[in-house]
Amino acid sequence: MKNIVIIGGGIAGVETACMLAQNGNRVTIIERDSKLFGKLNNWYCLFPDFKKSEELIEFYQNRLEKFDIEIKLNSAVDKAERDGEGWFIYTGNVRYAADAVVIATGYELFDASRKEELGYKIYDNVITQGDLEQRFKDKNFLTAQGKTPEKIAVVHCVGSRDEKCHNLYCSKVCCVTGVKQAIELSKFLPETQILCFYMDLRMYDKFFEELYRKAQEHYNIQFIRGRVSEVSENSDGRLSIKTEDTLSGRPMKMKLDMIVLLAGMETKKNTTEIAKKFGVEQEESGFLKSKDFHIGAGILSEKGIFAAGTCISPMSIKETIENARSTAQQVNEYLNTL
Amino acid sequence: MEFSDWFYIPFLIGTIYLFGVVIYRFVKWFLGLSKIDKIRVRKNFFTKHTLDSIWESVREGLLHFKMFKVNRLLGYMHMSLAFGWFLLIVVGHFEASSYFGTMFFPFQKSVFFRFYVTENADFPGHTFYAWAMELLLMFVLSGVFLAYFKRFRSKSFGMKKTTRMKSGDHIALTALWLIFPLRFLCETFTAGVYQNGSPFFNSIGAFFNEYLYLEDCLKPLWLAYSLALGTFFVAMPYTRYMHIPAEINLIFLRNWGVQLKERRINTFTLAEVYSCSRCGVCIDACQLNLAGIKNSQSVYVLKNIRNKTLSDEVLFNCLLCGKCQEVCPVGIDVNRLRITQRIETTKQYNSSYDYLQTGVAKKADTIYFAGCMTHLTPSIKKAMLKIFNAAGENLWFMDENKAPCCGRPLMLAGQFDAAEKLISNNQKLILDSGAKTLIVSCPICYKVFKEDYMLPNVKIRHHSEYILDLIKSGKISLSHSDKKAVYHDPCELGRGSGIYEEPREVIKEVMSLIPMAQEREKAQCCGGSLANMKISMEERDILSSQVMQEFSTYEPDYVVTACPLCKKTFAKTNALPVKDLAEIVVENME
Repeated sequence: MKNIVIIGGGIAGVETACMLAQNGNRVTIIERDSKLFGKLNNWYCLFPDFKKSEELIEFYQNRLEKFDIEIKLNSAVDKAERDGEGWFIYTGNVRYAADAVVIATGYELFDASRKEELGYKIYDNVITQGDLEQRFKDKNFLTAQGKTPEKIAVVHCVGSRDEKCHNLYCSKVCCVTGVKQAIELSKFLPETQILCFYMDLRMYDKFFEELYRKAQEHYNIQFIRGRVSEVSENSDGRLSIKTEDTLSGRPMKMKLDMIVLLAGMETKKNTTEIAKKFGVEQEESGFLKSKDFHIGAGILSEKGIFAAGTCISPMSIKETIENARSTAQQVNEYLNTL
Repeated sequence: MEFSDWFYIPFLIGTIYLFGVVIYRFVKWFLGLSKIDKIRVRKNFFTKHTLDSIWESVREGLLHFKMFKVNRLLGYMHMSLAFGWFLLIVVGHFEASSYFGTMFFPFQKSVFFRFYVTENADFPGHTFYAWAMELLLMFVLSGVFLAYFKRFRSKSFGMKKTTRMKSGDHIALTALWLIFPLRFLCETFTAGVYQNGSPFFNSIGAFFNEYLYLEDCLKPLWLAYSLALGTFFVAMPYTRYMHIPAEINLIFLRNWGVQLKERRINTFTLAEVYSCSRCGVCIDACQLNLAGIKNSQSVYVLKNIRNKTLSDEVLFNCLLCGKCQEVCPVGIDVNRLRITQRIETTKQYNSSYDYLQTGVAKKADTIYFAGCMTHLTPSIKKAMLKIFNAAGENLWFMDENKAPCCGRPLMLAGQFDAAEKLISNNQKLILDSGAKTLIVSCPICYKVFKEDYMLPNVKIRHHSEYILDLIKSGKISLSHSDKKAVYHDPCELGRGSGIYEEPREVIKEVMSLIPMAQEREKAQCCGGSLANMKISMEERDILSSQVMQEFSTYEPDYVVTACPLCKKTFAKTNALPVKDLAEIVVENME
């Protein structure tokens, strides 16, 4: 029986843990937070089918019960030490011996206040998609002035594909998240006009394109190609934006009641710390570096250390689950060679 | 023909040629000046400005005070060569006139005095002159040896890099390096044969006499000395050594009030360009080195203008931060020179800006012009509005909705016509409003409002000045927090407009200020400068992170600046919290 330590108890960590426990390994999940499933807890429902995230959590709670997996909540990795082929991992005053380690620390939403011109944390009616999911849960869509918004803008690509904040990559799931949220907003607030400002829409996966078409045809959501350059606040608390409609080639100014920023995905500071503790390499973007783009995803530069989920690159929940399963298979193959 | 009748010919040709070219150029430059500049010269000719120029020529052309400030060894090298050589000529002339009993005699008689005067050397003051001339020569030689040494080890002169040379420069440099050692050999050897020096050179001559047939060496040596002088003088106008006369000329023109003005390209550019000695001090001052940009420093731009090889790649790859201008020993106005060149080489686009005509001025006592960068950093704008509110200003927020540009970015890009249109539009609006004060929070706007707008009776204030006024007059009261800050001098505000103290005084009202090694005139550019059209984003990042790294060694709670562009550039590095002056004031307002 081999010992495996999984760092991070989000979807990626839990799925990897289940797969490895299924193969008869002794698995421990170390989670910093007081509960499992990480960011999924904050989400209201998921694209493209509007499945409630609670359903997914329930599925995983049931799945976990089938296995004997040790779950250590409120714990962080303090130290990691090589022990021959394996590792010693210290958390609090406990030491775990591990034959293999899986890093599944996940991602962080880009701090939208770093793009100061968009006014996040300066103007009360500028929120991010993360804040909006909480509002869906609370069913609260009032502006800071207590009014029902008449016009809401969803701004794509905040902190991704942006040289000016060092994030050159595409976070890939925000496009469809924006479309999903625009539709949900339209369902909750049928009287409200909703506009999406985008560079280009990357509807890469199954059903995404259909969702985009539905947003335009059934929900009357307006899509304007152009980046928002500047947000300012009027004396009544309403917002003004400056942008350019690049399809008609015209500069635009517009008054709005609320802005939703689709912040990109970034590596957590925590992931960098863990990477340093195990001596594994990171890409320039901060994401963990896999051995090979095509055939080595999830295999890291240090022997016996693997990664799953969004600490490798931005991915949707579906892809995270697939990726976790593939990483578990890689770990199994590795354990067989020991 | 006797040797003594012709050996000085190379020297004489060189001298006449040099004077001819230099005078020709000076006249040409003067005639090419604008009408106003010529009037300035005429008006200021018989004034104190001329005396000032003479003193400045001595101070900078001979003694090299500014060079001493950069590095003492470098200063000594330049001083010993320039001042030493000057004294050699002057004292040499007195020595010869004492011998000939008249002030008027051919040139070569004093330059080659020891060749001519080998006997009957007991004229009045002979011993004094002999000692003086020999010690002066040793003084110059010490500079020459330092120059040899500097070529190979520039680091000991506080210079990491030195300028690259072209072949003409090599000829002149070799001649210059040979002149004084040759003179030393000529005079000591002659003293060895005729004992016409002081005991100092006589004994050196006697020493050589033990090993060599000195008499046979004399003629070739004196001829070589004459040739070296002649070669140097002929080469001088075509090499960097032209800076010696040109710098003096520049000092006079500058003191008489001649200035480089954008859009009035005239020969003053040449007067400045030829004054560059290519000492290379500007290369070390340039931050672009860090990003591996090594061909666009001021010395190369000046050289390219002179050789007519200036490319846009070089001209526009500059932050216009002014760090090099601050250290330039000749005081060449390189920023303005670069902008003038940019206007010259750029196609002026005929932008209409029709939409500007629709703006209407609002009557108010005070105008706030936030500028485009402040609109991109709304926390500064929000803070400023709070401050205006607390001060109870009767305010017109001029660019609240419609935001005309101040014109400076276009100016930096060489688009002078377009900039003029914006300037005249804004100027009209400001004057129409009847405001007495114009407040800006962006130093880029501040500089153009101060220098290129015609706004009589309107006080232009940067928000650092304005906030300090409010504090002093008790219109706002602040509390002191226990936080520590470093202050970043924005280029356009510090070196550009000379405002160093006001922001510091404001910061000290609300938190403690950590002094730094590189601040005020020596402050670094944040890397975000609008003036550089060629630098890549990665190269900018190198500059910004290097500056932030330096700040972090002081362990501040905040990096405080007074420019929205600096703030935005630094914030991007995500290394330390960056705040504008206005923000920390509002946070600590009671």
